[in-house]
Amino acid sequence: MANQFIESITSSQAWKSIFRHGAPNNPKNRVLVVLMNVFLHLHPIRMKKSGVRMSFTWCMGGITFFLFLVETITGVLLMFYYRPTADYAYADIIALREHVPIGIMREIHRWGAHAMVISVWLHMFRVFLTGSYKPPREFNWGIGVILLVLTLLLSFTGYLLPWDQLAIWAITVGSNMARATPFAGNEGPGAALINSLMGFEVIHAGSDARFALLAGRLVGEATLLRFYVLHCIFIPLAAAVLMAIHFWRVRKDGGISGPL
Amino acid sequence: MHIVELITGTINSLCQPSLLFTAAVIVFFLVLFKWRSKFAEVRTIIWIEVLMAAFIAVSMLHPTFRDIVTKPDNVPIVGMLFLIAFFTWLAVSKMVKNDDRIAAGQDVENKKEAKELVFTWPDLVFSEFLCSIAVWVGLVVWSILLKAPLEEPANPVETPNPSKAPWYFLGLQEMLVYYDPWLAGVVFPGLIIVGLILVPYIDINPKGNGYFTFNERKFSITSFLFGFLILWILLIVYGTFLRGPNWNFFGPYEVWDIHKLEVLKNVNLSEYIYREFRLLGGKMPENVLVREFFGFVAVIGYFVGGIWLLQNKLLKEFYEKLGKARFYILAFLVLSMASLPIKMFLRWTINLKYIVAIPEAFFNI
Repeated sequence: MANQFIESITSSQAWKSIFRHGAPNNPKNRVLVVLMNVFLHLHPIRMKKSGVRMSFTWCMGGITFFLFLVETITGVLLMFYYRPTADYAYADIIALREHVPIGIMREIHRWGAHAMVISVWLHMFRVFLTGSYKPPREFNWGIGVILLVLTLLLSFTGYLLPWDQLAIWAITVGSNMARATPFAGNEGPGAALINSLMGFEVIHAGSDARFALLAGRLVGEATLLRFYVLHCIFIPLAAAVLMAIHFWRVRKDGGISGPL
Repeated sequence: MHIVELITGTINSLCQPSLLFTAAVIVFFLVLFKWRSKFAEVRTIIWIEVLMAAFIAVSMLHPTFRDIVTKPDNVPIVGMLFLIAFFTWLAVSKMVKNDDRIAAGQDVENKKEAKELVFTWPDLVFSEFLCSIAVWVGLVVWSILLKAPLEEPANPVETPNPSKAPWYFLGLQEMLVYYDPWLAGVVFPGLIIVGLILVPYIDINPKGNGYFTFNERKFSITSFLFGFLILWILLIVYGTFLRGPNWNFFGPYEVWDIHKLEVLKNVNLSEYIYREFRLLGGKMPENVLVREFFGFVAVIGYFVGGIWLLQNKLLKEFYEKLGKARFYILAFLVLSMASLPIKMFLRWTINLKYIVAIPEAFFNI
């Protein structure tokens, strides 16, 4: 009875149009399931047995990617409720906390972000200690380093969005460093040299690296909008492109590393 | 009560950067070079995790400690410390295991399995699936138990004291104690990123590719672990838990008193030379470059002398194997990295503030 029911579903036109092959319980279908699925085909069809060992990979890269997906989905949900202006931002966060039923979306987003920073560090830690950056994976290691930096920047730009004291002062302290950028910050070495060479004040508090980062002399409404756009659009897109390269190159460089 | 104060007071003073940091560096090298196989035993990590948990659990009775550790954004850092202890142990124990096998002429772990192919479905997809579920469940439970922090609305005129960067940058903020923002906030982060990207092009040792080993890559493993565990994680611990108002040091049980005064007794190298040693009769020269001449000599001498020393004595083999370009980049990165603990040490011993001090041009080293 049950078998008949399942049979009638799996032989229907709709089912067959979605799944082009039978259940992946034989070698042929196990190849097809990876080959025919756009998500699964990030993977190779077959891989080294050493590469599936969790005691070797710690699954940290996979966890980082999973957390990126969690952040994307919870982030989109948060965007429905959040307006990035000085008037509304804080009130919207309060509303998320007080009025949204079972409101743990922001919690998942924030703790997921912290977890992602930790998992990406541990991923790098494992990759370094197993020498997995060695040829032929040198280039992919470099992509990974940039992805790690992007993860930190994603978290940093997101830190401002609740628009509370914690947020603006953490960003103020963090971005104060940019003021000291050599040659490009108004309190950095070399700025006075450039100004005297040019004969007028080129590098000042209203034109330096920190100003470019904050869109102002202080962390203000323009900064909030800038960080919001970077956080929701630019950095995730850049990270997604680099992740595509990263995963592709893991495959093309011989799969997950293992003893040669 | 007296006993408790005695203990907390002792721990407070033992946590001072000059003591705890130095002790951590010594323990780091002892574990890696002397006690590696002892450290690799299963019971070591059980003891470490249990003692860490016990220390935190008992300390929670102390209100100051509890306030700082249970701040929502600090909770993940506590969790991270347990994870890092565990994974460091796991990596070292695998290194020891593989090194023993290599010494005995056997294959390293997983060597046979690296030649065997399995289907991605179900072997890999299954563990990915389980892993995702475990992470998701963990995240949901964590989110139900702990509210995301939300403080007063943003107020640009009311600066909190201490003002701290997000937790993952607190190692850099802690570096500000010893180096100026242009170095701690711009040059060093830049060097970390560039240095990491360059690693595969500098480390051309073909051994240890795809398996844990210490003996085959002592130098690269030691420098990475030192950078990550000591200069990154330990400094984050300082910046998060042990720095209070005005970025003063506070022990784990010390109330964050905004009025705590620290005697500012730090002295620039030029002041040492012209005031203490009374060169030119105790007067500072007018010309900045003359004033800071010895500082420049010291900094340039550190790099030139350091490179000479590495090239001819300490890393002679590397120089021959890597060739000039690779070696000089490596030497520069290693010396830059070593300059942080060196500067810390100079601060603690002779209160050295800046080696080169030209605040007029924001050029302090």
